[in-house]
Amino acid sequence: MMTSNDDKPYATRRRFLIDAAALAGGVSLALTTVPASATPESMRGAIRKVLGEASAKKGKVKIDLPPLIENGNAVALTVSAESPMTAADHVKAIHVFTEKNPQPNVVSIHLGPRAGRASVSTRIRLADSQKVVAIVQMSDGSFWSDELEVIVTLAACLEGV
Amino acid sequence: MARALINVPAKAKRGDIIEIKTLISHEMETGFRPDNTGKLLPRDIITDFVCKYNGQEIFRAELYPAISANPFFTFTTVATESGTISFEWSGDNGFSATESAKITVE
Amino acid sequence: MIRGVAAVLIGAALSVSVIAAEIPSSERKSGYDLMAREIRAMQDDDTANPGMLSVLDGEALWTRKAGTAGKSCADCHGDAQSSMKGVAARYPAFDAARGRPIDLEQRINICRADQQKATPFAFESKDLLALSAYVGRQSRGMPIDIPDDPRLKPFLEAGRDMFNQRQGQLNLSCAQCHNDNWGQKLAGAVIPQGHANGYPMYRLEWQALGSLQRRLRNCLVGMRAVSYALGAPEYVDLELYLMWRARGMPVETPAVRP
Repeated sequence: MMTSNDDKPYATRRRFLIDAAALAGGVSLALTTVPASATPESMRGAIRKVLGEASAKKGKVKIDLPPLIENGNAVALTVSAESPMTAADHVKAIHVFTEKNPQPNVVSIHLGPRAGRASVSTRIRLADSQKVVAIVQMSDGSFWSDELEVIVTLAACLEGV
Repeated sequence: MARALINVPAKAKRGDIIEIKTLISHEMETGFRPDNTGKLLPRDIITDFVCKYNGQEIFRAELYPAISANPFFTFTTVATESGTISFEWSGDNGFSATESAKITVE
Repeated sequence: MIRGVAAVLIGAALSVSVIAAEIPSSERKSGYDLMAREIRAMQDDDTANPGMLSVLDGEALWTRKAGTAGKSCADCHGDAQSSMKGVAARYPAFDAARGRPIDLEQRINICRADQQKATPFAFESKDLLALSAYVGRQSRGMPIDIPDDPRLKPFLEAGRDMFNQRQGQLNLSCAQCHNDNWGQKLAGAVIPQGHANGYPMYRLEWQALGSLQRRLRNCLVGMRAVSYALGAPEYVDLELYLMWRARGMPVETPAVRP
């Protein structure tokens, strides 16, 4: 018996499930209000906002994410960049983006030479198997990037579906 | 005020790189989840997190809905002097929380 | 989605062994052992474990005076670190007044009503979860120890029967997944053995701390079986059996699970 305060799964994942069920069972289900999800285009737009006219070269930054993710609600992410972190040469900012979350931005980190190391860990939400991109901005104005594809699986017994 | 867990070493040697861990309780409602009737629950997230070392900003983050509930951050800083490391979170609906920890640097 | 899960579960049910045997004690594994390295790291680090936020809330509630009696938990029980050590490891426990076992949440609410003369907490409320997480934390690392009490026997058997009995639209028993097919995958997730050794736990799926009863209700809904109201004696019987089944395993409260 479902109660009124059963949690609902993350909206985009629900849409993914509804689509998957429709494919599997050939059933057409009425969709509730579904928000727009990020597309590779909107991710590129969000990245462009950070880069301006510049472009990012591959390298110097590394994304650490488990390749197979048991639950997309709290995924351990570490982004680290090679840098001496001195006043003359340091990482100024780290930006993380996703391709298929409802919104492309994940987090923007601002650092400086006082950090000692350019390495930040957090936990993020991933709505689907997708590409994650990190852009690092150096003190000399250059941009560097890394990207990673991850697979997100689902819990077997979902609450309140 | 929201509950927060901070991990800052109590003591460090001058010049050491120390690791700081922060965890704050907050649902981080994304704004993309529907309620029982299908209406989207409004966004309610922490949007900014700042860490200062004796008043000087050493770490700042802009958070988006993709940050998990109960936002967690681990980052580093160089132990320069004894004093106070302070943390401030702010967000939607006037959310505001602060914590601080003392550090002795020899 | 349910159709997809149903198809997978029916497939699994057809291929499981007919006899649901108990897991030999040498093969017992906590859900901890079956999770990814990153999630284990989240549980192990008290400053990274989101369940610890509830433990802190519970610590604050422990000393807060409540009810018309104006008493706090601490007023009778003193420092929880000593008085509550080992308590969660032996719950559900037999309550002579009620002539049946009760779980920790019920015990907390009985104290609240009888001793503090305050309104009992609603099941699954933030405060009740915080207090049971705080009390549970005091048993962390200690072996689960349900005593060999003859008074518990009929309820233990009722719980065992419920675990082994096929139920719901999918006609599945708990044992079929959690005794016979643990370690295998169901809809991309690893099936755990289903030990109740870390509750209340922070489940990533919930993005919140929740009780064993919440988890049992998830399972029952997933199996398309009747789920009981929160606080039902059936859950306590099942919890008694699950804790007995996990005897000797260390308490992990507050655990983190996917």
